[in-house]
Amino acid sequence: MQKLTSKLKGNKMAQMILLVLYVLVTSLSLYLAQASVTAFLLLLFSLLILYYTELPDRLKWLIAGVVLIGVIPFVSSTGPGYQSYMEVATVVGIYVAMALGLNIVVGLAGLLDLGFVAFFAIGAYTYGIFATGQAANFMPFGTFPLTGESFWIFILIGCFVAALFGVLLGIPVLRVKGDYLAIVTLGFGEIIRIVFNNLDKPVNITNGAMGLASVKPPEIFGYQFVYPNQFYFIVLAILFLVILAVRRFEFSKIGRSWKAVRENEIAAQSVGIHLVRTKLLAFAIGASFSGMMGVVFAAKQTFVDPTSFTLLESITILVMVILGGMGSVPGVILGAAVITILNLQVLTEVTNYLNQLSLDGVISFPEALAPAKMQRFIFGAILIIFAIYRPQGLIPAKNPVFDEESLKEGSEKHRKEKITVEPDKGFQA
Amino acid sequence: MSILTVSNLTKQFGGLVAVNSVDMAVEKGSITAVIGPNGAGKTTFFNLITGVYQPDKGNVQLGSTSLVGLKPHEISRHGIARTFQNIRLFSNITVLENVMVGLHKQFRAGIVGTLFQTKKVREEERLAQEEAYHWLEYVGLAQHLNEDAQNLSYGAQRRLEIARALATKPKLLLLDEPAAGMNPRETRELTEFIHRMREDLDLTIVLIEHDMKLVMEISEQIFVLDHGEKIAEGKPAEIRNNVKVIEAYLGKSAVTPA
Repeated sequence: MQKLTSKLKGNKMAQMILLVLYVLVTSLSLYLAQASVTAFLLLLFSLLILYYTELPDRLKWLIAGVVLIGVIPFVSSTGPGYQSYMEVATVVGIYVAMALGLNIVVGLAGLLDLGFVAFFAIGAYTYGIFATGQAANFMPFGTFPLTGESFWIFILIGCFVAALFGVLLGIPVLRVKGDYLAIVTLGFGEIIRIVFNNLDKPVNITNGAMGLASVKPPEIFGYQFVYPNQFYFIVLAILFLVILAVRRFEFSKIGRSWKAVRENEIAAQSVGIHLVRTKLLAFAIGASFSGMMGVVFAAKQTFVDPTSFTLLESITILVMVILGGMGSVPGVILGAAVITILNLQVLTEVTNYLNQLSLDGVISFPEALAPAKMQRFIFGAILIIFAIYRPQGLIPAKNPVFDEESLKEGSEKHRKEKITVEPDKGFQA
Repeated sequence: MSILTVSNLTKQFGGLVAVNSVDMAVEKGSITAVIGPNGAGKTTFFNLITGVYQPDKGNVQLGSTSLVGLKPHEISRHGIARTFQNIRLFSNITVLENVMVGLHKQFRAGIVGTLFQTKKVREEERLAQEEAYHWLEYVGLAQHLNEDAQNLSYGAQRRLEIARALATKPKLLLLDEPAAGMNPRETRELTEFIHRMREDLDLTIVLIEHDMKLVMEISEQIFVLDHGEKIAEGKPAEIRNNVKVIEAYLGKSAVTPA
């Protein structure tokens, strides 16, 4: 085994061939097998393998694109499980975007936020209210529901509204730090949910606990998006933009000032970083991702009600960030995927399997240990195991590596322009 | 011409008067030391100048602008940089990035430019990396550029703090116990380095220090604080023989033999 890995190391061609073989085998088995969850998961796993290969970045993106856009939808389309696979993949995408948003707040800027789902709710209600007849209750002009074509604009609107609420939340909240911040954000998350739950009188805006039903599906040139396999592509497109944005922010002046604030607020201020503005920006950008996905969520479910936005959701997103690796983009993507798939597929599969066994009389579970009840328990146990054995996350955050040689050349000009020192003299321990 | 003028500066914490109506004028281009026994209010004094605390009374002026009421980041923009007694680095990011954060305020990139990675933004980023590298070379840390700041040795961390402060291109540099924890050779090198910084960068330097050898060698003007009050000021030779200073450090019996 060791021999094999050492041979593979540095041999890009071999890695490439193995990866392609792996994708081929898994997709073939998914294509042929009827509704095989294992094959589907193994196919998704190829993306993780891809991450660990030493191929050039552009090629990695290309392969990931081919797998996600082409292979996965195509090979799973034959079986009866098609829509359920696509549903899982879509939900994974939604959570990945949210986890990436929260990662900016928690992982990069170091602000513990326990009410993050509020922004998701804001996005969902923004679209939900205007894409149902609900808006007619309080809007003096316009005809509602808006058509499904407005969905595309609402992705942007949801993004901005959530960002706005991020700032509004931030202004009072940023006076407190650490544990207190966590408590205040927790409160904010609950307040938003409860407000949505009660905003049916005096003016009926959110329709309260009844929720908003039959939200208009997205539409473009008469083509309607109704099924998970269609939403999958919307989510994929948004997710691509989100990842691009996150990467660019992370290694920019903005990302560095987030990290500086996370590491040491006083030192960050002493070099000229505007503390409040930096934190607000983190809140706003993090929230905006969530808001966009909220709009997609509302359109996909065609139903929005406050029960989708409980504290448990906020905690789950936080768990994705922590499990994946705080501040690490690939880690958080993996964390979100693992948790979502665990919840939606693996644990339910296991429960079903155990149920089947007890129905067949192979094993009998006492009432207190019924498989359905065990689901949460197993989930909790997994989290504890990870917290103990992998505290830095599945893929820990990595710092960028700078090329010394090229910087050495470049630094010459700063030396000539500003000062004349001999770099190797003095002050060297 | 004095670059920093402090007048009647007072700060109270509850019943404790940490800094009590201190006046001070720092000459442009000079090296000035602030000394005093532990708890004399030296670091509080620095914190008042850099805006970490707001003074209860009095005024701090850089050139002709008053700094009272400004936030720390605004004061940094006016051209004051500092290091900290208990080193405050950005521990989990690389050495080069630490200095790049110091270059923060010269970046022009906004959200949109960052999102679209315009040519200007990329160029700015590149220039900043080079300039940060240049500061690392200046303090002799260039070979450590890709290490996490927390993995540097103690002396190297102190130098990194100075590099980060220099990157903000200050007019006035405040060093809070720069020689703490250094051995005699490192202290000697530091002495030379402080001189060199002043020449190269046209700086005014104010430092808090307990190492009297360093203080006497390096400073042109010394201010002595005790219990929050300024008890003496003058040239090193004057301070050395000042009765009040000896009293503060060694106790009354040292001055008035029984």
